Amino acid sequence: MSERLVAPGPAADADEILHLQEIARRIRVEVVKAVNIARAGHLGGPLSAADMLAALYFHELRIRPDEPDWPDRDRFILSKGHSSIGLYSAMALRGYFPVEELATFDGAHSRLQGHPDMTRLPGLDMSTGSLGMGISAGMGMALGARLTGRDIRAWVMLGDGECQEGEVWEAAMAAARYGLDNLIAVVDHNRLQQYGWPGDGPDGRIPPQVPGELVAKWSAFGWRVLEMDGHDMADILRAFDEATHGDGRPTAIIAYTIKGKGVSFMEGHYFWHTRAIKPDEFATAMADLGEPAPETDGDPR
Amino acid sequence: MTLPMGRPMREIFGETVAELANHDPRIVMLDGDVGSSTRADIFEKAHPDRYLQMGIAEQNMLGVAAGMATMGLIPFISTFVSFAVVRPLDQIRVLIAQTGANVKITAGYAGLFTGQTGMSHIIVDDLAIMRAMPGMVSIAPADDVEAAQVLRWAAAYEGPCYVRLVRDATQRLFDEEYEFRFGQATVVREGTDVTLMSTGSQTPRVVDAADLLAAEGIDAHVLHVPTLKPVDVAAVVAAADRTGRVITVEEHSVIGGLGGAVAETLSQHRPTRVDRIGLQDEFVQSGPNDALLDIYGLSATRVTEQVLRILRAGD
Repeated sequence: MSERLVAPGPAADADEILHLQEIARRIRVEVVKAVNIARAGHLGGPLSAADMLAALYFHELRIRPDEPDWPDRDRFILSKGHSSIGLYSAMALRGYFPVEELATFDGAHSRLQGHPDMTRLPGLDMSTGSLGMGISAGMGMALGARLTGRDIRAWVMLGDGECQEGEVWEAAMAAARYGLDNLIAVVDHNRLQQYGWPGDGPDGRIPPQVPGELVAKWSAFGWRVLEMDGHDMADILRAFDEATHGDGRPTAIIAYTIKGKGVSFMEGHYFWHTRAIKPDEFATAMADLGEPAPETDGDPR
Repeated sequence: MTLPMGRPMREIFGETVAELANHDPRIVMLDGDVGSSTRADIFEKAHPDRYLQMGIAEQNMLGVAAGMATMGLIPFISTFVSFAVVRPLDQIRVLIAQTGANVKITAGYAGLFTGQTGMSHIIVDDLAIMRAMPGMVSIAPADDVEAAQVLRWAAAYEGPCYVRLVRDATQRLFDEEYEFRFGQATVVREGTDVTLMSTGSQTPRVVDAADLLAAEGIDAHVLHVPTLKPVDVAAVVAAADRTGRVITVEEHSVIGGLGGAVAETLSQHRPTRVDRIGLQDEFVQSGPNDALLDIYGLSATRVTEQVLRILRAGD
C-alpha cells in the first residue's frame, strides 16, 4: 500500500524537527533497501544527502506532489545525479509515486533510472548524471523565473567531488554576474569522492578539497556562502531559511556531511560510494537505521 | 553563368531572430561573447533585456539554455560552430537532446569561411556529430533567403535543433518565392547524366559547377538537401534514380555528413554508387575564403574537375 507522509508547516519547532529526522531515517532505509534489491546503485552519496533531502521535500520546497508540473513550483536539481535513489526515496515518501515503486530502481523500464531522467519520471526538473551540469540548468531556471516575473527559487544539490568540474565555476561566474539570489547551491561536502587522490587519509585517500577551499572558492566567485552541519536538522532549516532571504547574490550552502551517514560500516569509507550489499551487511544496516530486523536473510530473491 | 552574391547569413541571423522576438516574448538570445561577430548584437539593440551575455563559458551557456527552456523560454545560441557543438557537446547531449529542450543551436562561422582563423575555429565534422545525436535535428541552409526561413521555422518548432550558419556573404540560390520545408530536399537543376547532391552554402557552387559541366557535355541533376536529419529519403532515392550515378558535395568532412547520410539511405533503399566530394579526414588551415575553396576542392571549378575525373574514371 502506498503511504504519504504529510508535510508539516513552515515553522521549525521541536516536533517538526523530530518529524523531519524520522523522514530522513525513512529515506535512508529506502535507499539501502532499493540498492539491495537492485544489487546496484550508489550508497554513500544518498546517505550523506538524506537529511537535506528530507528538509527540502518536506519543509522548504514550494511544490505540489499531486501536480508535479505546477508552473510556479520551486525547482530542484540533483546535480550529483548518482545519488538518485536518495531523491527518489524523498519523492516517494512525499507522495509523488508509490513507495513500492522504489523496488524497481535501476531496473529495465523503471521510471527510476540509475541517474535521473526527467523524460521518464514526473517531478524531476532536469535530467542529470554527467557531473557539473545541474548548476547551469539551475541558473537557467533562476534567470528564466526572473525574466518571466515569477517568484521561483532554483535549488541545486552538488557533490564536493563534482566541484572539480570546470562547468561548475563557469556557472558560478555567470550566476554572480546576474545577481541571481533565487539560485541556491547546496554542496554535499562529505569529503570523499568515488576514489580520490592517494594520500594519508582514511583508506589511503584524501578529500576532494582542502579544508576551507569550497568556502573560499564560492566566495571568490561572488556568491554568498553559508555553512551548516548537513546532519543537524535544526541547523539545516536555519541555513535553508537564511538562503531564501536573498541579498542580491546567489547563495552556496556548504553542508558538512559524512559519506554513508547512518550505516556504521559505510560511514567515511570511499568504497561505499557504490557497492552491492551482502546479506549480513544488509541486516546490520537495517539495525543501524533503527528498522526492525528483516524476516528474510536480507536477500530479496 | 555564376549565381549572384547574397547577404551574409550572420546578418540574417541577427535581424531575423530580432524580428521573431518582436512577436514572441519567449525568445531570448544567449551569447558566448561573440555577439559582435555572429551579429547577435543586432538582436541586442532591438531587445536589450532579452540579450543575455553568458561570457566565454560555452558549457554553462548550453546548460543555462536547457534550464531556461524548461521555464517556457526559447533560447537561441550565439557562438561559433566550434564552440557551439564540440565544446559543450555533453551538455547538448544530456541536458538538451535527451530532454527535448526547446533550444535553438544556431551556430555561426560554419565551414571554411571563418575570417582566416585556422584549425581551432574551422570545424568540418559538426554535421556528422549533430546528425548522430539522438533527438537532434540538423539543418544547413543554402543562402540568405533559406537561412531566414529556417530560423523562422526553428522558432516555431518545439524541440532542439541545430542550424549551421555561414559568416560571410555567399551566393544566392533562391528567390523570394522559395519555401523551405523541414525534412524536404529540393531539385534545383534538372539533368540526366549524373546526380549531384549538396547541402548548405556549397549548393550554389554546385549549381555553378553544373553549368561548367554542361559546357563539357554533361547534364547534371542537382538536389539540395538542407535538412540532414531527418533526411528526405524519397527525394534522395528519386534523384538517384534519375541518373543512376550519385556524387555528394559538401563543405564538410566526407565522413558522416551529407555523403554519409546519402550513402546510408541509398545502400538500404536503392543501392547506387555514391562518390563523395568534401573535406578529407584532415584538419583545415587558415586562409582567404577563395583560397580555401580552391585548396579543399570546393570552388565551382574544382568541383567540376573532380566530377569529371570521377565520371571519366568509370566504375
